Amino acid sequence: MTDHNNIPRTTPRASATFDEYTLSEIRRAAATGIYDIRGGGAKRRVPHFDDLLFLGASMSRYPLEGYREKCSTEVVLGTRFAKKPIELKIPITIAGMSFGSLSANAKEALGRGASAMGTSTTTGDGGMTNEERGHSTQLVYQYLPSRYGMNPDDLKRADAIEVVVGQGAKPGGGGMLLGQKITERVAAMRTLPVGIDQRSACRHPDWTGPDDLEIKIEELREITDWEKPIYVKVGAARPYYDTALAVKSGADVVVVDGMQGGTAATQEIFIEHVGIPTLAAVRQAVKALQDLGMHRKVQLVVSGGIRNGADVAKALALGADAVAIGTAALVALGDNDPRYAAEYEALGSKAGAYDDWHEGRDPAGITTQDPALMARLDPVAAGRRLANYLAVLTLECQTIARACGKSHVHNLEPEDLVALTIEAAAMANVPLAGTDWIPGRNAGL
Amino acid sequence: MSLSIKPVAATGETVFDLAAQPLRELNCALHKLSADTNETFWRVLNPAGRHAVAAGLDAPVIVEIDGPVGYYCAGMNKQASVIVNGNAGVGVGENMMSGFIHVRGDASQSAGATAHGGLLVIDGNASARCGISMKGIDIVVKGSIGHMSAFMAQAGTLTVLGDAGEALGDSLYEAKLFVRGSVASLGADCIEKEMREEHRALLAAKLEAAGILGEVDISEFRRYGSARTLYHFHVDNVSSY
Ligand SMILES: Cc1cc2nc3c(=O)[nH]c(=O)nc-3n(C[C@H](O)[C@H](O)[C@H](O)COP(=O)(O)O)c2cc1C
Repeated sequence: MTDHNNIPRTTPRASATFDEYTLSEIRRAAATGIYDIRGGGAKRRVPHFDDLLFLGASMSRYPLEGYREKCSTEVVLGTRFAKKPIELKIPITIAGMSFGSLSANAKEALGRGASAMGTSTTTGDGGMTNEERGHSTQLVYQYLPSRYGMNPDDLKRADAIEVVVGQGAKPGGGGMLLGQKITERVAAMRTLPVGIDQRSACRHPDWTGPDDLEIKIEELREITDWEKPIYVKVGAARPYYDTALAVKSGADVVVVDGMQGGTAATQEIFIEHVGIPTLAAVRQAVKALQDLGMHRKVQLVVSGGIRNGADVAKALALGADAVAIGTAALVALGDNDPRYAAEYEALGSKAGAYDDWHEGRDPAGITTQDPALMARLDPVAAGRRLANYLAVLTLECQTIARACGKSHVHNLEPEDLVALTIEAAAMANVPLAGTDWIPGRNAGL
Repeated sequence: MSLSIKPVAATGETVFDLAAQPLRELNCALHKLSADTNETFWRVLNPAGRHAVAAGLDAPVIVEIDGPVGYYCAGMNKQASVIVNGNAGVGVGENMMSGFIHVRGDASQSAGATAHGGLLVIDGNASARCGISMKGIDIVVKGSIGHMSAFMAQAGTLTVLGDAGEALGDSLYEAKLFVRGSVASLGADCIEKEMREEHRALLAAKLEAAGILGEVDISEFRRYGSARTLYHFHVDNVSSY
C-alpha cells in the first residue's frame, strides 16, 4: 500500500515562459485595461558591447605608454556643410532629454557637467530652457515632430540642430508626458492645457520621407544661414538605409540610437519589442557611410546602453565618431540612488529598478516637476558628478586605445576587436574570439 | 499689430531676381534687415517654385513674391509680411511666430503647420493637413481645405470659407475651427460646438484681419472644437489609441 503522506513532491517550479514579471504584467493588464507605460530602455538582455573584447597590443602591435604618450579624444561634428561645426573635447555627448520629462535642475546639472568636460548637451521634446542654454557651452536643439516650443530665436541660439526621426526605445513611436508632469511651466512651453496626458506626434507634420527631409534641412540651413551642424537622429531599425538616406538628405551628422536607449515614457511592449540592439546597428550605419564614401565626413554618433569607457571604445572601434549617453548620465546625477531605497520601495519599486519616471514622483528629483522633489537635486553637485563620470569614461576609453597602440581614440578599428558570441560576431562583423570566423562575412551585411 | 491685406504704402522697392541671383543671397540679405531698416519693401521675381524663399525673417518688412514658391515659404516668419502672387508648396508659413503671410493662389499640404502666431491668408484652397499641430496662428482659407486638417491643433483659429476634408481636427487640443461649407468627417475627439456671441466676435475679428469682414455671412459658419475626451489615457478611450 502506498503511503500517500510520504510521496516525495517535486519542487515548485515557475515557468520560464510565464515568469514572475510576465504574471505580474498579466494581472496588471487585467486590472487596468491599459498598457504599461514606463521610462528607461529595453531591460532584457540583448547582444551588446559586452559581447566584444579588445585584443590589445602584442608582438605585432605596439602599445602607447599610459600618461606619457598622448591619446587624443577631441571630435569635430558637422564638417560637411556647417560653417560652425561643433568641437568637442571628448567623444561622449549628452543625449536629448526633454525639459518636462526631466526637472529644470536636472537639465542644469547636465549642462554643467557636460560643459566642464568640453562636450555638448541636447534639448528634447519640450523646447529649450534658459537654464540649459545658460549652463551648456554647446547645446544641440532638437527638432521633433511635436515642435513643442520650437521657435527661430532658439534655433539661432543653438549650436547645432538635431532633426529627430526616431529614438531607439521606440522607433515609430511618438512621445508621452503624463498629466502629473504637465505643470504650468511645462504646459506653457508646449502650448497645452495644464495637467493633461500629452502625446507627441510620431511623424513630422510637414515632411515625410527623405526627399522632403532634404528640403526641410535646406530650410533649417537657410533660416540659420548655414552656420549650424544639422544632425539626423534615428532609432535603430534599418540603420543601413536610414543612414544612407540621412546622408542623402543632407545631414552633417547621423545619430543612431539602439533599442537599449532610454526614454522618458513609452509603452513597455514598445520598448522591449521594437527596434534592434545598438551593437547590431553600428556596423550597418558605418557600412552605409563607407559605401557612400562619407565615413568621417558625415559623423556618426551612436547611443543606447553606453555605460563605461569600454562601450565608448567599442562603438568608436566599430566606426562611430562619438557616442551619446542618456540613462548613464541620469544615474551619475543621482537617479535610482540607493540612498533613497526606502522611498523607491514606498513607490512599489526599488533602487536600481525604478522606472515609473512618467509619474513624476522621482525621489531623486530628476524625472519630476514637483518643486519639493526637484529641490533635492543640487545642480552644482550633480553636475560635478556627471563631469567626474565623463572623465572616467574618457580615461577608460583612452586606456583601451593606448593598449591598442592608438594615439587618437578614432584610430581604434574593427581589427582591434573580437566577439565572445556568434551573435555578436555576426552583428559587429568581427571574428569570433580565437577564430578567424566572421559569421555571414561573405553573405554581405 | 494691425494686419491688413490691402496694399501697404511702400517706401521704395528692392527688387531681387531669383533667376539671376541665388536664393542664399536673398535670404541672407533679408536676415540682415533690422527693425528700423529703410528697405521695407522687397519684390522677389522668378521664384520658380524654389524652397525656403523668405524663410526665417525677423523684421517688419514686406516681401512680395511674384510667382509660385516651393516648400516652406516664409517658414518660421517673425514680423514680416510675405505675399505670394502664386501658389505655395508644402508648409507655407510653417512655425510662423508673428507677422502676415498672404498666398494669392492655392497652398499645398501642411500650410501653417505648428505655427505659433501671426496670420496666414490663403485666397485659394489649401491641401491636406492645413494647420496641423498649430500652436496659436490664425489661418483663413477662402477656398476649401484637405483631409486631416488641424490634426493635433493646439491653439489658434482656422477659418475656412469653403469645405473641409476627412478627419477634420483629429486629436484636437484647444484650437478653434470655423467652417462655412461642409465637413467630410470629423476626426477623433473633434465635435461641433455651439457658436456663441464670443465665437462670432472672434470669427469677425479674424475675417476683418483677413480683409473680408462684410463679404461673408458669419451666421453661415459652424464651429468645431475638442470634446476633450482624449486628454487622459484611460481604458474608455482604448478604441481611439
Ligand atoms: C528621461 C529621458 C528623456 C528622453 N527624451 C528624449 C527626447 O526628448 N528626444 C529624444 O530624441 N530622445 C530622448 N531620449 C532618448 C535619449 O536621447 C537617448 O537616445 C537615449 O537615452 C540613449 O540611450 P541610453 O539611455 O541607454 O544612454 C530620452 C531618454 C531619457 C532617458
